[in-house]
Amino acid sequence: MLYQGAEAKILLSKYMDKSVVKKQRISKSYRIKNIDKRLINSRTKEEAKLMIEARKNGVAVPIIYDIDLLNGVITMEYLQGKRVKDILNSLSEGERKNLCRKIGENIACLHNNDIIHGDITTSNMILTDDHVHFIDFGLGEKNSEIEAKGVDLHVLMEAIESTHSKYSECFNYVLECYKKNLKQNANQVIKKIEEIVRRGRYR
Amino acid sequence: MISLGIEGTAHSVSVGIVKNDNGKCRVLSNIIKIYHPDHGGIHPREAANHHAGHVADILRESVEKAGISFDNVDLVSFSKGPGLGPCLRTVATAGRALSLSLNKPIMGVNHCVAHLEIGRGTLNSCKDPVLLYTSGANTQVIAFAESRYRVFGETLDIGIGNCLDKFGRYVGLEFPCGPKIEELALKSRNYLELPYSIKGMDIAFSGLLTAAEQYYQNGEKLEDICYSIQETTFAALTEVTERAMAHTEKKEVLLGGGVASNKRLRNMVQTMADERDACFFVPSKDLCIDNGAMIAWLGLLMHNSGTRMNVEESFIDQRFRTDMVDVTWRD
Repeated sequence: MLYQGAEAKILLSKYMDKSVVKKQRISKSYRIKNIDKRLINSRTKEEAKLMIEARKNGVAVPIIYDIDLLNGVITMEYLQGKRVKDILNSLSEGERKNLCRKIGENIACLHNNDIIHGDITTSNMILTDDHVHFIDFGLGEKNSEIEAKGVDLHVLMEAIESTHSKYSECFNYVLECYKKNLKQNANQVIKKIEEIVRRGRYR
Repeated sequence: MISLGIEGTAHSVSVGIVKNDNGKCRVLSNIIKIYHPDHGGIHPREAANHHAGHVADILRESVEKAGISFDNVDLVSFSKGPGLGPCLRTVATAGRALSLSLNKPIMGVNHCVAHLEIGRGTLNSCKDPVLLYTSGANTQVIAFAESRYRVFGETLDIGIGNCLDKFGRYVGLEFPCGPKIEELALKSRNYLELPYSIKGMDIAFSGLLTAAEQYYQNGEKLEDICYSIQETTFAALTEVTERAMAHTEKKEVLLGGGVASNKRLRNMVQTMADERDACFFVPSKDLCIDNGAMIAWLGLLMHNSGTRMNVEESFIDQRFRTDMVDVTWRD
């Protein structure tokens, strides 16, 4: 086992002689069977669909080899790389700026295709030699609304503020490149982020 | 040190008196008066009038019950926010008047943080929990990280208690509707599908509320709807709490707020905690709901760690966020 999150286990495994990662969603006994099945099934399906679509549109994600809806398992490529969360703080100023720009470009590409990741944090990005890969689309959805895109970016903003508080300018680099690459309504999405911040309770 | 706390953020006005007992909180008294609106939700001015009408009496009652006299009080704390403006102003005024007349220091404290600290203060071995705070207005997952209490997830629209009350009012139940919905839910095992809305670590209830109201309009059985509301909302609350625990790597979970009285919610969070080998805590009921003791205790912690407040600075803050509090009493 590579990692156990709140929702799924990430297992290292073999698939047709390749090293692969299996994402196995965990059944929770605190919720009734009906909800448990519905969540595991729909999240597995939705995640796989979004990953395939992201890849088709040029965003680096692990290649999917197999999907088992009944048991909530996605078998995917094992990426040899580092989590952005673990390396961002130790990069040089220039490298950090560059990486953030790549991230912004990729998020714009997702949003150009109405793919909402749902949990864009630096723990859900893996840097390999040439690409930033996005993983864990488990909370994602297809949505063309400005609101959804704003919320998506707001999640990243909060993640950067809490995990990389010394480098909070990172989010501005991300936004800068996002704005350049988003084909429609870039300014409105960015305005929306400000609105979401204000909307937070007691702000 | 003996600390007296006055709570009044929403429908309850309460006075509690606590004492520091080797770092743990000993509650000497905790008198709570709850405003019940004749119809509809809380009217802020009516609630404030209610508080103004009762606060002097329960101050006296609380001191009496604690077996002390006003001279023994070393610190006067009040709920600075977040909450309804008129209510906050009323109890802040009471706090100032008491502080000035007794010539004892005053301390305005954050209501949400108080819910967490009373758990740590009164429950043995509850040291560094993730708090699932579920009340009428507030639904937050709070934990200590990087020297502050941070909100790891919260409602994007209405609080869970408000969601239950709104649905209850819609179908003609009396305030507070939570206990009645809990009772009705026990009679059903028939789940009707409802929207399950989690965004990142945040949660939303208003879509579910509308869907539940539609079920009612369409003639579905009330107990089935109540059962489905509880199962769906509580599962979502438990899920965001678990996420926060995984994220912060904490091994304790604490419940707080009025909805923490719900047995099904307790049961779900307990099951989740057991599966993670984590400890589950819930304070006694009068320390879960809005109460003066928790305000007194947080005031005491702040005072002991060097925080001081003049009467001139003792203003209220309706939008006092959990993460604005400078946590001086923890490492």
